[in-house]
Amino acid sequence: MIEITPFLKKMLSLPGLSGYETPIRDLIAETWRPLVNELAVSRLGSLHGLRRGEGADPRPRLLISAHMDAIGLMVTGIVEGFLRITQIGGVDDRILPGQPVVVHGRQVLPGVVVKPPDYLLPPNKATRTVPLQYLLVDVGFPPEEVNQLVRPGDLISFGQEPFELSGEALAGHSLDNRASVAALTVCLDELQHLRHTWDLWAVATVQEEETLGGAFTSPFEIQPHLVVAVDVTFAKGPGSNDHNTFPLGKGITLGWGPNIHPALFNAFKDLAERLEIPFTMEAMPRHSGTDAYAMQVIASGYPSMVVSIPLRYMHTPVEMVSLKDIYRAGRILAEFIARLEPDFLKKFTWED
Amino acid sequence: MATREQTYSQNPKIGPDQIKLLEKLSNACAVSGDEGEVRAIVLEELKSSPSEIQIDALGNVLVTCKAKKKNPLRVMLAAHMDEVGFMITEKDEGGLCRFDLVGGIDVRYLAGKTVLIGRKHTCAVIGAKPIHLTTEEERKQAFSLDSLRIDLGSGGNDGVKVGDRAAFATTFQQSGPSLMGKALDDRLGVATLIELVRNAPPDIELLAAFTVQEEVGARGARVAAYTMNPDIAIAIDSTPAQDLPSWDDTENTRYNTRLGQGPAIYVADSGTLSDPRLIRFLAETAEKHNIPYQFRQPGAGGTDASQIHKQREGIPSISISVPGRYPHTPLMIARLDDWQNTLALMHAALQTISPDLLKRPR
Repeated sequence: MIEITPFLKKMLSLPGLSGYETPIRDLIAETWRPLVNELAVSRLGSLHGLRRGEGADPRPRLLISAHMDAIGLMVTGIVEGFLRITQIGGVDDRILPGQPVVVHGRQVLPGVVVKPPDYLLPPNKATRTVPLQYLLVDVGFPPEEVNQLVRPGDLISFGQEPFELSGEALAGHSLDNRASVAALTVCLDELQHLRHTWDLWAVATVQEEETLGGAFTSPFEIQPHLVVAVDVTFAKGPGSNDHNTFPLGKGITLGWGPNIHPALFNAFKDLAERLEIPFTMEAMPRHSGTDAYAMQVIASGYPSMVVSIPLRYMHTPVEMVSLKDIYRAGRILAEFIARLEPDFLKKFTWED
Repeated sequence: MATREQTYSQNPKIGPDQIKLLEKLSNACAVSGDEGEVRAIVLEELKSSPSEIQIDALGNVLVTCKAKKKNPLRVMLAAHMDEVGFMITEKDEGGLCRFDLVGGIDVRYLAGKTVLIGRKHTCAVIGAKPIHLTTEEERKQAFSLDSLRIDLGSGGNDGVKVGDRAAFATTFQQSGPSLMGKALDDRLGVATLIELVRNAPPDIELLAAFTVQEEVGARGARVAAYTMNPDIAIAIDSTPAQDLPSWDDTENTRYNTRLGQGPAIYVADSGTLSDPRLIRFLAETAEKHNIPYQFRQPGAGGTDASQIHKQREGIPSISISVPGRYPHTPLMIARLDDWQNTLALMHAALQTISPDLLKRPR
């Protein structure tokens, strides 16, 4: 039995910005190694874990992806020992001032994003946001040393340590999407005492936040029969209480829309009802905003599904999830695999 | 020359023990009006000191270090224990709290930060609406205080109640020449004052006030000065170093102070016109001992001296600060050598300060 909270907190303490996932991949590989039969790394850096089923060769294959890359910042220039920055992935400028960060230069440097005083900025109202182009990162070293230690293109990851909160909640940066990597790990762990006929390919993908690079390439290599993306979705919280948000800790969401095969949705929905796993149908009218968008259209196309974990404050360093929802996502994935009959695909038809 | 070096070598040094103490002080939470955690550290640190210690009606820690001669000069030193932070003003059953500010905080620093609430340091976060659900126009407008919440998690037995204080949750660390942490304004002053009490000079009566409520109007210092009734007062604080580049590369002429240039001596801020004899005395002392120093650019801001100098019949006062970048935000940066030089200057000044100073022309 894997202890998920310490594993997740360890993941949240590691960098792994899109395109530079090595530190996080190494940790996931170490955790998955005893849970899978084979481990491999794709050409772009995605982690592929194979757990063989008990069915007769050739077995059908299910691919479950959870992207492991994280948003962050990058150095664009150095001025008087301060770093100018740009974003990797979507970051709201308004969460940056005062944010502790880690600059990955010739050595690892703790620092902070700072908002220069208003009189050093172009005339602006105090109630207006200071745009990213005027924000700086200070690493506390004199200019001549900064010039030696840092150069444009160096990565900057968020420096907030993960926080355990009351009510089985956890906060930290990169919970999008390491919460889903944790759920996929729960699934692999549950499968240690469940039998399954299909092969499972657990995939931690790269570059989701920028190009979906991992999701476009891993299915091509694995050639699965079904694909499932596990990701996070918007939890209800301050400033986000619309119909397209979901209660935190009250269950997972099952995606529905053009990125999702309706028969696969129905299979998950039936299973969730049978297992009494609380869920909400999440309407995804266009782009699902997940790996499924890419995986669905690889090669001749694959039936795809999206399972999501509600998360508050997405793309901030204080993203928040409920551990209960992570376990729920992991459990439904494991039970789904365990119930996949060898001939599931034959019964898998359009109902029109 | 030999004597000067001898004097200097007796100066207390900032070593691993002092940095460890600063770390403890920086990580402690003591929002104005709730300074108990820092007060406890101060009392613990001075427990074996031979000085007299009292806690007054507002919570100030007042320390008297007796002189070894008669009719000594009575010198008050003040460092404030409190920090800026928040108070919980409303809490719902889901663990979401409205809050108000305690002290001067720019609300643009709050979204996406972690906080610690109450004596148990209960963890919570101040979130922000996901960027995916915002419009470009919306993102140009800063978050208002009214739209932000302190979030305790998905609702549980967290023990937090309305009225509890919250502070930024930053953990202190040292990096290269710098010290990074929250509330270095004024834990640097508190740590300095503890060292000065431990190395109290024999010829003066040293009156050390660890004050409360500086960030909400220097109210602790006001009553402390009355009680202590000193001849001279020096506030030891931390002042902003605004030595950042300007957006269009024009010269930054309003830097206030610069990191690495030594202790900042105050001439004037919006609360105090420093006593000119004390300005000259501190500058001369620094020069005599080859201690780097800088004059803080006259301008806005205030310290405990703003209240102290108007107490009773008037008390000649000045402030001296360790420069620090980004005060009143989740993370400050200060330099170890500025702190060392502040301690050195204060220690050297206390060795030589005498009643004659007040007989000099202003």
